[in-house]
Amino acid sequence: MAIAETRVYLPQAPRPRLRLLEDERWLALVLLVPTLVLLGMFIAYPFVRGILLSVTNSRVGVPGEFVGLANFYKIFNDGIFRTSVYNTFVYTGVTTVFKLALGLWLAMLLNRNFRGKAFTRAFILLPFIIPTVLSTFAWKWMFDPTFSVLNWLLYHLGLITGRINWLGDPDLAMISIIIVNIWRGVPFFAISLLAGLQTISPELSEAAAIDGAKPWQRFWHITWPLLLPVTMVVVLFSVIQTFADFQIVYVMTGGGPANATHLFATYAYQIGIGTGLLSEGAAISLAMFPILFLVVIIQLLYIRRVEVR
Amino acid sequence: MTTVTRRKVLKSGAAVVGGMAGILATGRPPAFAQGTTVHWLRWNDFVPASDQLLRKELLPAAEKALGIKINFETVNGNDLQPRITSAIQSGSGPDIIMLFNNHPQIYSESVIDMSDLASSVSKAEDGYYDLCKSNTVDGQKFIALPWTIVGAMIAYRKSWFDEVGSPTFPDTWEKYREVGKKLKANGRPIGQTLGHTFGDAPTFSYPYLWSWGGSEIEKDGKTVNINKKEVIDSVKFMTAFWKEAHDEGGLAWDDTNNNRAFLSQTISATLNGASIYIEALRNPDKYITEKNAQLKTDIQHSPLPKGPAGQFAMHTFFSHVIPNYSKNQAGAKELLKWIHTKANYEPWFVSQKGFATPPTHAWEKHKLWDEDKVMAPFKVAGLLGQTPGYPLPSSGKKPAEVLTKYIITDMYAKAVQGMTAEDAVKWAEGELKKIYT
Repeated sequence: MAIAETRVYLPQAPRPRLRLLEDERWLALVLLVPTLVLLGMFIAYPFVRGILLSVTNSRVGVPGEFVGLANFYKIFNDGIFRTSVYNTFVYTGVTTVFKLALGLWLAMLLNRNFRGKAFTRAFILLPFIIPTVLSTFAWKWMFDPTFSVLNWLLYHLGLITGRINWLGDPDLAMISIIIVNIWRGVPFFAISLLAGLQTISPELSEAAAIDGAKPWQRFWHITWPLLLPVTMVVVLFSVIQTFADFQIVYVMTGGGPANATHLFATYAYQIGIGTGLLSEGAAISLAMFPILFLVVIIQLLYIRRVEVR
Repeated sequence: MTTVTRRKVLKSGAAVVGGMAGILATGRPPAFAQGTTVHWLRWNDFVPASDQLLRKELLPAAEKALGIKINFETVNGNDLQPRITSAIQSGSGPDIIMLFNNHPQIYSESVIDMSDLASSVSKAEDGYYDLCKSNTVDGQKFIALPWTIVGAMIAYRKSWFDEVGSPTFPDTWEKYREVGKKLKANGRPIGQTLGHTFGDAPTFSYPYLWSWGGSEIEKDGKTVNINKKEVIDSVKFMTAFWKEAHDEGGLAWDDTNNNRAFLSQTISATLNGASIYIEALRNPDKYITEKNAQLKTDIQHSPLPKGPAGQFAMHTFFSHVIPNYSKNQAGAKELLKWIHTKANYEPWFVSQKGFATPPTHAWEKHKLWDEDKVMAPFKVAGLLGQTPGYPLPSSGKKPAEVLTKYIITDMYAKAVQGMTAEDAVKWAEGELKKIYT
């Protein structure tokens, strides 16, 4: 009996490196590395550097020495810093309420069927798409103390007889920057909430309508509870962004008149970059961290509770 | 065909390494090495023709003469400080940076000694004005090279002042207030910024304070004595003066707003460099008065009025620094040396038409000052100005901190916004004590 020669071709053994990646734990680590590097470089390093700066007396070009919490003591006794804290809370609180209300209203409108729906949805995003600095410059012109187009309009409509000193009066300047922030932030709320609305089955509303529920009842008992998780996430993002806002105030008022509209970020910038007192600027920046951290924790806990429910 | 042997490659490699070692040992690249680029950062000049002249004529000539490339960048004046701060902290950026007033003092540890260059310019041009030295000497050496002085004078509408019975410009604050009241009643208020802006705000608020007998610091450099009757009186006066005679939008103005307001003929007077007049000169048919005359024929200049303690001025001062981090320090210095020679500086000075007063005495004799009488007051701007920190002989780090925090300007702005004069002065006293004691 002839024995046929058979050749067995074994698959080539994988290289050890690849074998390592077959282990899910190693693969996970490798996949995480780019994110970790990015977070380390752009979040952790500046944060740690900020902490180190804030406990020294460093000025621009001078490394400085360790001074403990002296910078924090200094800023807590600083009237402008206290104004900035107050302003930041007012600015964040007022704008968030308005952005949520207007954004939700807009989202409900955009969720209906009408001609030019796609165009309108794209158009609504414009304030969010235009670079903030550019649009804020346009607003600055509209609120200009001498050439305000708003004043011109109000005057010609017969609503005012003299000029409104939009950016020269502390309260009006605050209102002006709040208006611009709301204008810029509403599209973000509207589009995010619209996405949330579209995940809610229309059948629920229809069934409720058949059972005699009025529009407000349908909104309050069906739409709102189902939209709440999305809303909370949107509010969370917005609060973080608004709390640390810089561009609008820097361009519109520079923190003025006489420091009346400074927020954390603009005051930190003025002290750290303008005056060159880097350590004090870092302390001002860091002072917002515990507050923001607390706000975020509370909101995240609330979101978890809503989701579990 | 040329044969490249291994030996040749090794030899050329050794030469490169040797050259690099030499460069590293001296800590600077060879001056004017092929491809040396000097990055020069300046403000957007209020006389745009001067930037054009630099870009199109002077800098190409400098490139040819010095064998370097020049990267010329201009930014808004209020953005120069953020730029230098971030450049110093990151250790890279422009090789020459323009700064205002006493701002170089903030960066004294991070810029190179300019004494040799300053000394040669001073020697060749009959010496610097005192205010130049006060702003740029850190006690021992020049940390910046004086460039120019933009004289701050009140530009005013001659015919409008005539109409309210003031054929000459009021020489005291009281008289100015009275005239201002009438002007505002006619819908032509005085325009003045009390905002956070580098030029027109401090050049008004500082001399105003000094003219009432106040100062941010006493001569000993340690005692803060701002909380006194003279200063409280100055704040009370300013509050009333503001309401009665000023455009109240000025609280939010930067250095450009008053130019626009004056040229659009909504204000009757404003403290400024000569840029308003120069713009009216350049475009005579664009700016026409209500009487159909060219606006340029109705503009005059005057120094700030006197107060109970005398007449004072502070002019916006410009200088250039070369940061330590610059790898082209030699090229940067040569460029500054080149631009400061009479033949090269003169065309730039002439293009300014008197907006800029050179930092040295020699230029007082220049024929430009005889060409236009309206510009005559600017000729002696360098002689008359004081610097932040007055009466200290030198405007050091602490006065620079006070200036960049706008404490003096804010003291008046707060009162104008409704704070009592006593509280506004007390606030300023507290802020000054934090810096000086």
